[in-house]
Amino acid sequence: MASVGHVTPQSMHFAEALPLQSGARLAAYDLVYETYGTLDAKHSNAVLVCHALNAGHHVAGTYAGQERIEGWWDNLVGPGKPLDTDRFFVVGVNNPGSCFGSTGPMHANPATGRPYGADFPVVTVEDWVDAQARLLDRLGIRRLAAVIGGSLGGMQALSWSLRHPERVGQCIAVATAPNLSAQNIAFNEVARRAIITDPDFHGGHFYAHGVVPKRGLRVARMIGHITYLSDDSMAEKFGREMRSAEFGYSTQDIEFQIESYLRHQGDKFSEYFDANTYLLITRALDYFDPARAQGGDLTRTFAVARPVRFLVVSFTTDWRFSPARGRQIVKALVDNRIDVSYAEIAAPHGHDAFLLDDARYHGVLRVCFERIAKELA
Amino acid sequence: MSERREIEIIAGLVPQGARVLDLGCGGGELLAYLRDVRGCSGYGIEIDDDNVLASARRGVNVIQLNLEEGLALFDDASFDVVLQLETLQHLRNTEKMLRETARVGRLGIVSFPNFAHWPNRLSVLRGRMPVTKALPYQWYDTPNIRVGTFSDFEVLAQRNGLHILDAFGLHNGQPVRRWPNLRASVAVFKFERS
Repeated sequence: MASVGHVTPQSMHFAEALPLQSGARLAAYDLVYETYGTLDAKHSNAVLVCHALNAGHHVAGTYAGQERIEGWWDNLVGPGKPLDTDRFFVVGVNNPGSCFGSTGPMHANPATGRPYGADFPVVTVEDWVDAQARLLDRLGIRRLAAVIGGSLGGMQALSWSLRHPERVGQCIAVATAPNLSAQNIAFNEVARRAIITDPDFHGGHFYAHGVVPKRGLRVARMIGHITYLSDDSMAEKFGREMRSAEFGYSTQDIEFQIESYLRHQGDKFSEYFDANTYLLITRALDYFDPARAQGGDLTRTFAVARPVRFLVVSFTTDWRFSPARGRQIVKALVDNRIDVSYAEIAAPHGHDAFLLDDARYHGVLRVCFERIAKELA
Repeated sequence: MSERREIEIIAGLVPQGARVLDLGCGGGELLAYLRDVRGCSGYGIEIDDDNVLASARRGVNVIQLNLEEGLALFDDASFDVVLQLETLQHLRNTEKMLRETARVGRLGIVSFPNFAHWPNRLSVLRGRMPVTKALPYQWYDTPNIRVGTFSDFEVLAQRNGLHILDAFGLHNGQPVRRWPNLRASVAVFKFERS
């Protein structure tokens, strides 16, 4: 299966402010996005790919001269791949508040001329969906053949089916949940405290000080990373493997390979991720709870999604967004007699499984997209 | 073609346009047939990855679940018909699943291999467990952990307060209404809660 090859990100300016769930408004802003494949004459074959915490618009392919920077869902999106770019027009959008190009906390606040920093408005999953909808309007896409996302991206896909059910043919929600559990929020809070208490954070206005709260970002990434892997996959990958044959009897040096791995992941992350973005995105995760307006009744919440067809996928070893959470979504859909299929994939990789190429998982997605393509033809 | 014929016979028990839950839907053949020929809608439940994929390929709604965990996903009387075809014999919680079937569906339809079919009796008389088209496994590797008879099911149904609306046997794709406990390789029951 081929890659989509070299791709070029594009940017769209929105002069009209975006009203946010908080009541605030995001003043004029830019969205960075990529597209793959060709939009058909009826504009009917568009598929929106929603990104999770640590990703953006670069879903598939590579950039010329940077062959190693492959899109984050390149194993899924491309010619002949399950989400086949020979049949579909695939759109990846970087959400506002992110740090990969679209307007975010590191950009200038038009009110002050200085970087937003901590003053960037708190954005929610719903706000992102609204921003994506505006972009699709500009691209001439009235209705999506499908919207797909994993984890936080899955929440956006679900939110699409609730906010714009008439614009979505198929909603594919992978490794996601109808809201975060207390345990999930707790992990997010540990990550945020690590960042906020880093002396280099400066209340979120660290840009002016020419520093980056890297220590906080590293710890945030380390704790996040632990929750993305399963106990089994960590045991298999690292076990109790040590750096050297003998104990060094040190409390501060790296002794175990898992420590080395986590520190490496933390270091890498702190080089490119923005601290304010991390706070914003984890908060968007915490806030996502579409049933809240219905007194927590998920069935009543999904009543509006009747026109949409659903595919929900969970992974058995994902303890961050466990199959029980996926089944809650399925139950709400079944209660509403909505078309839904549900796959519970016995993969060993924990939450990360949604990014990996598992034959059963990709098989289910492929069959789903083949059916959509057939219905479009 | 007896399998196809059996699908048609079972489908004939399902009212036109019914909302159907098919427990252990296999590759979704029956659900697709019910959708195409009888205008039914609903879901299939399957545990096996390949069957989930095959069902999805047929365009039927399939939900991957282990039936041993019960039907907590489904509300009381939320389906017109709950089908449990050639599934019951694989389940540890046979009785619980039967009660669940009656809880979730206004109508229940169950089929399973009839162990009292005369060739099976003959085989046991000769001192060996039967290996037949309906029971194609050796005793040591069979997934059929529950072996029961047409008549056994009548007792179980009564015990669970089920009202049997129709009961007959199937053999080689033909309904068997006379002495099904002796003459049919497969037992079929249609019931409701009394």
